[in-house]
Amino acid sequence: MPRINSPAELEELRKGILSKRDPDKPCIAICAGISCLALGNDRVISAFEEEIKKQSLEAKVDIRATGCHGFCEKGPNVVIYPEEICYIEVTPEDVPEIVSQTVIGKKVIDRLIYADPNTGEKAAHQSEIPFYKNQTRHLISNNTKIDPKSIDDYLALGGYSALSKALFEMTTEQVLEEIKKANLRGRGGGGFPAGLKWETARNAPGEEKYVIVNAHEGEPGAFMDRALFTGNPHNVLEGLIIGAYAIGSHQGFIYTRHDTPQLRDNIDIALTQAEEYGLLGENILGSGFNFNVEVHLDIGIFVSGESSALMRSIEGKTPEPRPKYIRTSVSGIWGKPSNLNNVETWANVPQIINKGSEWYTSIGTERSKGTKLISLSGNICNTGVVEVPMGTSLREIVYDIGGGIPNGKKLKAIHFGGPMGGSIPESLLDTPLDFDELAKLGAPMGAGGMLVMDEDTNMVDVARFFLNFLTDESCGKCVPCREGIRQMLKILTNISEGKGKEGDIELLEELSEVMGEASLCALGKTASDPVLSTLRYFRDEYEAHIKEKKCPA
Amino acid sequence: MDNDKIGQIIDKHQGKASSLIQVLLEIQSENHWLPKEALERVSEKLQVPLTRILHIATFYKAFSLVPKGRHEIHICVGTACHVRGATRVLETVQDLTGIKPGETDSDSKFSLETVNCLGCCALGPEIVVDGKHHGRITPAKAEDVLKKYE
Repeated sequence: MPRINSPAELEELRKGILSKRDPDKPCIAICAGISCLALGNDRVISAFEEEIKKQSLEAKVDIRATGCHGFCEKGPNVVIYPEEICYIEVTPEDVPEIVSQTVIGKKVIDRLIYADPNTGEKAAHQSEIPFYKNQTRHLISNNTKIDPKSIDDYLALGGYSALSKALFEMTTEQVLEEIKKANLRGRGGGGFPAGLKWETARNAPGEEKYVIVNAHEGEPGAFMDRALFTGNPHNVLEGLIIGAYAIGSHQGFIYTRHDTPQLRDNIDIALTQAEEYGLLGENILGSGFNFNVEVHLDIGIFVSGESSALMRSIEGKTPEPRPKYIRTSVSGIWGKPSNLNNVETWANVPQIINKGSEWYTSIGTERSKGTKLISLSGNICNTGVVEVPMGTSLREIVYDIGGGIPNGKKLKAIHFGGPMGGSIPESLLDTPLDFDELAKLGAPMGAGGMLVMDEDTNMVDVARFFLNFLTDESCGKCVPCREGIRQMLKILTNISEGKGKEGDIELLEELSEVMGEASLCALGKTASDPVLSTLRYFRDEYEAHIKEKKCPA
Repeated sequence: MDNDKIGQIIDKHQGKASSLIQVLLEIQSENHWLPKEALERVSEKLQVPLTRILHIATFYKAFSLVPKGRHEIHICVGTACHVRGATRVLETVQDLTGIKPGETDSDSKFSLETVNCLGCCALGPEIVVDGKHHGRITPAKAEDVLKKYE
């Protein structure tokens, strides 16, 4: 691979890649996201490879194993370009027919396209399927167009042009200012403005600074970061390099889970390719800016997604949080200023630099800008990765995109934010997707895991489930969290088993208050949030469990 | 697990103390558990006290200090799988194997663990055996899946 030494050379390389590509050449894009793989997509991919070989079409048709397309419910997903015909639930047996009928014959195979379960209306293209049609996909849409193992695919779509622009047309101050003006808020859960965090790390004393991608995604029911990072690793990497430039960091870390081998592979390949092209390492694009990245694996304990715990794990220690009188952006890994952002936050950076903060702030609500990736799961027809503008109502997400509740059941509640989040009832379904609006209702957005629950769900059991999860995942360093969660779980288990007594609810509330005040990190402080939110909206269910010894659901 | 293999893993990480977790992870994935001799060797090579190594090895659920069965069953009990009936699947698998999460059966055939979300929520409830995902599992389907393993 040639090393690129200037923005002009980058554009030349891009032109070269594009000139070799024929936009009308058929391409079969097969989803190789984790859900589709689990549904046997590897067999579909090999069936396509075999069929193309059998028909001697290697020169005429491209095959691309891509990242997650989003519509996990109907996987394995296959998209045939250039027509963008979407086939769902594809099996290896369908493959010969797809190749001869659609790829060669340009005919749509009726039984493989999406049909609306209610109206029976068929949709052959991604742009017509309600699940996709009602989304605004700025971040995840490139997944179908990219082989994550090919940097050329990313470059063909304009990749690394934002990095080139930042390094050569903007000062570090201008990059920072653009991110601040865009009001990009952290996607990992806190919603803290990324620009302000960057500024703190930039202004913190010390020469050596670090930038980190938090790809831990420990929140159960959240899988959008993995989908984005596995499917389009260069997008996240480009954002990270731009951030490092603005902050003045020369060393980055990617912190991810050990149980998603595809993600690890794709990150490793992306780093190697970026380095070979001179987009990473010494003297990036000939700008004089140096930046290296190291990958760290974690074993997927929930608390290690917490910033100070994560940084300890990078140091090779147990991931226990520390009190944060001094922010990690001032004193993080080995006591050096360390700026941590989530996968999705970094992925937003290149488009903000390319299209400008004005474009970015035109999307979303007053205080929550841009789009948000959501992992839609639970009792919902269309489980999958969804991207919508901030401000979209939860009703639109559940019904227009999610296709409603399966088996003719009624919606009962929506849970946001995993074990440290909250549940809101059906009556609040018109709430917009917004950091502050949801937090006000006691169901902060978290990283974007949205769990839909139908009328059969026992809310006391849901609260108990999350506490049970946290007893395993608390690091045990501070007493209010370690013991508080255990005691709350004991009370809740009693209530669930019909052994609840008068005063239990009040005791839960009191414990929550102490834990919220006295715990060391956000895990303990917000561990009781699922209990508090279900008490707020479903108190009668708790009372029925205690007084009538039965569950209304 | 022989000393050469451990040496290779440590060398790959340039013997840095900060690579402790990565080294333990690789030994665990090669060997499926962490023998005492291996930990002593790591301690010596990385110059990290054995107490700190044990602190980490016992902190994470994914590390095992006892030998594992030939087949490792992971049952997802994440939120989406939970609301779709993972508890019943877990009960069935416990009945079939006679072991609880964290245990290995006396024939060393199966080890059972629960995990909190594998990111395949569309497939819930889900079990993973030796890294292979089995989605949309019912108690009856779980029995069929386990029958395939010897």
